[in-house]
Amino acid sequence: MATIELSAIRKSFDGTEILRGVDLRIENGEFISLVGPSGCGKSTLLRVIAGLEPQSAGEVSIDGIAADGIRPSARNLAMVFQSYALYPHLSAFDNIAVPLRMRRLSAIERLPLVGALLPSRRRKERGIRDDVAKVAEQLEIAHLLGRKPAQLSGGQRQRIAVGRAIVRQPVAFLFDEPLSNLDAKLRVHMRAELAQLHRRLNATFVYVTHDQAEAMTMSSRIAVMIDGELVQVGTPTDIYDNPRDIRVAEFVGSPKINVLPGRIREGGRIEALGVALRLTSSAAPGACRIGVRPERIELGSGPFAGHVVHAENMGSEAFLHLGVNGSDVRLVARIDDPRRLPPIATPVSFGFAMDAVRAFNAEGKRIEVEIEHAERVRERAIV
Amino acid sequence: MPSACGSGPLSDAATIDTAAVAAPAARASLRKRDQRALTAYGLVAPAFTLMLLMLLGPLASVIALSFTDYQLGAPAFSWIGLANYQDMFADRVFWISLRNTLTYVVIVVPGAVTLGLAIALLIESGASLRGLYRTIYFLPVMATLIAMAVVWEFMLHPQFGLVNGLLRGAGLPAFSWLQDRSTALYALCAIGIWQAVGFNMVLFLAGLVSIPKQLYEAAEIDGAASAWARFRLVTWPMLAPVTTFVIVISGIRSFQVFDTVHILTKGGPSKSSEVLIHTMYTEGFEFFRSGYGAALTVVFLVFVLLLTLIKARLADRGVQTA
Ligand SMILES: Nc1ncnc2c1ncn2[C@@H]1O[C@H](COP(=O)(O)OP(=O)(O)O)[C@@H](O)[C@H]1O
Ligand SMILES: [Mg+2]
Repeated sequence: MATIELSAIRKSFDGTEILRGVDLRIENGEFISLVGPSGCGKSTLLRVIAGLEPQSAGEVSIDGIAADGIRPSARNLAMVFQSYALYPHLSAFDNIAVPLRMRRLSAIERLPLVGALLPSRRRKERGIRDDVAKVAEQLEIAHLLGRKPAQLSGGQRQRIAVGRAIVRQPVAFLFDEPLSNLDAKLRVHMRAELAQLHRRLNATFVYVTHDQAEAMTMSSRIAVMIDGELVQVGTPTDIYDNPRDIRVAEFVGSPKINVLPGRIREGGRIEALGVALRLTSSAAPGACRIGVRPERIELGSGPFAGHVVHAENMGSEAFLHLGVNGSDVRLVARIDDPRRLPPIATPVSFGFAMDAVRAFNAEGKRIEVEIEHAERVRERAIV
Repeated sequence: MPSACGSGPLSDAATIDTAAVAAPAARASLRKRDQRALTAYGLVAPAFTLMLLMLLGPLASVIALSFTDYQLGAPAFSWIGLANYQDMFADRVFWISLRNTLTYVVIVVPGAVTLGLAIALLIESGASLRGLYRTIYFLPVMATLIAMAVVWEFMLHPQFGLVNGLLRGAGLPAFSWLQDRSTALYALCAIGIWQAVGFNMVLFLAGLVSIPKQLYEAAEIDGAASAWARFRLVTWPMLAPVTTFVIVISGIRSFQVFDTVHILTKGGPSKSSEVLIHTMYTEGFEFFRSGYGAALTVVFLVFVLLLTLIKARLADRGVQTA
């Protein structure tokens, strides 16, 4: 178990800067997700932590000790790769046993024929067998131990890869999109299992994913990475409710947050789609963007008029895609009861509560807004 | 009853089963079957003819020839049964050349395989001079062996050869490598290794490139700190199919050693570097004893067949472990 501290990590490949100064402190025993769109540098950062890729600048320290000169095998981190990287010629048992054999057996004991004859090797092998059996029982893979990776399904391979990671006591676990090769149903199931595993091991987990749902459901903290920078780090609730940047707001949440064109008038009042809101801001007047999550759009009344262009019925809930009259803005509203879905082309009026508004300036940075005090009693009323 | 024009093998079987009961219909379907079989044979025929002409034909004639006293250019021959083989097994030269050939194989195969692998690993680990290295080591494979043999003859020349020059420079006695009974075969082995290393290296390089990099990273994470540990854990097992192939190919090629022997030593001095194919050449094309030469060829083919069978067995195992 360990804290991992990254300071000002930079990494360039052939002159292209992939990581642009990443600072992050990962606490002992926490489950932190590194989430962001594909190609933003998440895997690269994870590989820098593991030592598989040297950083161009900056420092990694594990438990307060600078790790930069330490090679990956000596950092005592465990890693689960996206492709699992199981050894294809070894059985599941031997795959899981590799980290133990590498650490417990001497080079001579590992020799193929000579090593097997040594009594010390036989004794250590017994310990290894017990440890692998224990892990296999935890992960319910005991019946798979004799098989080669080629004879296992994707989900089973993933379990073997996890087994190989947890069989020894590493200081932290690094996961690089371990669920992305599984089908949707198994992925949801494995989310719960990994979260449970974290609770049981009580170890530091660093989990890379491009799937915001995985990050939201499993982690104690989320670090959102975009274009090689950590844009925001916080709890899932904080990231969802209180995005500091429009890219974070747009990345987290499914369906995506609605973004309406807005303006800050002289004097500070904010308008959206030309309609004045009961909001003011001290930010400089000019264009801004108004973000409202789909579940906060209220249908039936309000200052905005539109029509239904598309409806998605998910069974337990439904999403209504609305076209706004007189503009090409489209937005999505969630309906809790799909039986109330209006047909396509129905005209609807809609609005939203003022506390649902997240406003961003032209650069995409969050702007603080004030709800007008005079109308406090009728806060949920619109305009 | 299934229709007579059923297309799968199952429906064919069904029609035959009912043939006794419903003879006319069955006869029609049988005709259809014959027709289909004929088409199949027709399609196979060209390839089969070619194989017969190019492979099985010569093989059969060689085997047949080994039971005759045919001499190259002679108008007639007669069957003499196993006499050629009896002669051969009684001939001291045959046993010498067989022993020399086996010695050559036993030295050249491990030498060329380990050296090829070692150089491939060296090249793979250091990226900068990769292109240059590839050319240097592949040169022996590309260049005509005869030209290369001439170069080697010059290198090993007792008076002005490079090897002896180096030896003299180091204060060691010069040596007539190819002219000495005790060293001629080993000098040929060295040339054989040098000649095969480039080819083997290229095969190993191809094998190394196809090993997923992630396996090395996983090995590193799993605690394989030394290069040797990673080699044992990843490289060697992942390379196993290539290694098998390289060993068998090197084996077959060393069995066939001829050109260097023919140009550099002619099997001498006093048969000390005589090898199977060279004996066959001498008997068949210098003494015109084609029947006897054919018997030698059959012995040679038996060895190659053995190697091929071993390879097939190993390849089967390789598929199972992959
Ligand atoms: N070894 C490498 N050489 C060159 N470019 C690389 C290398 N590894 C990653 N990159 C580039 O770095 C960027 C980020 O990659 P990565 O960290 O894998 O992204 P992701 O967030 O999807 O995991 C990509 O544009 C990728 O092309
Ligand atoms: Mg990635």
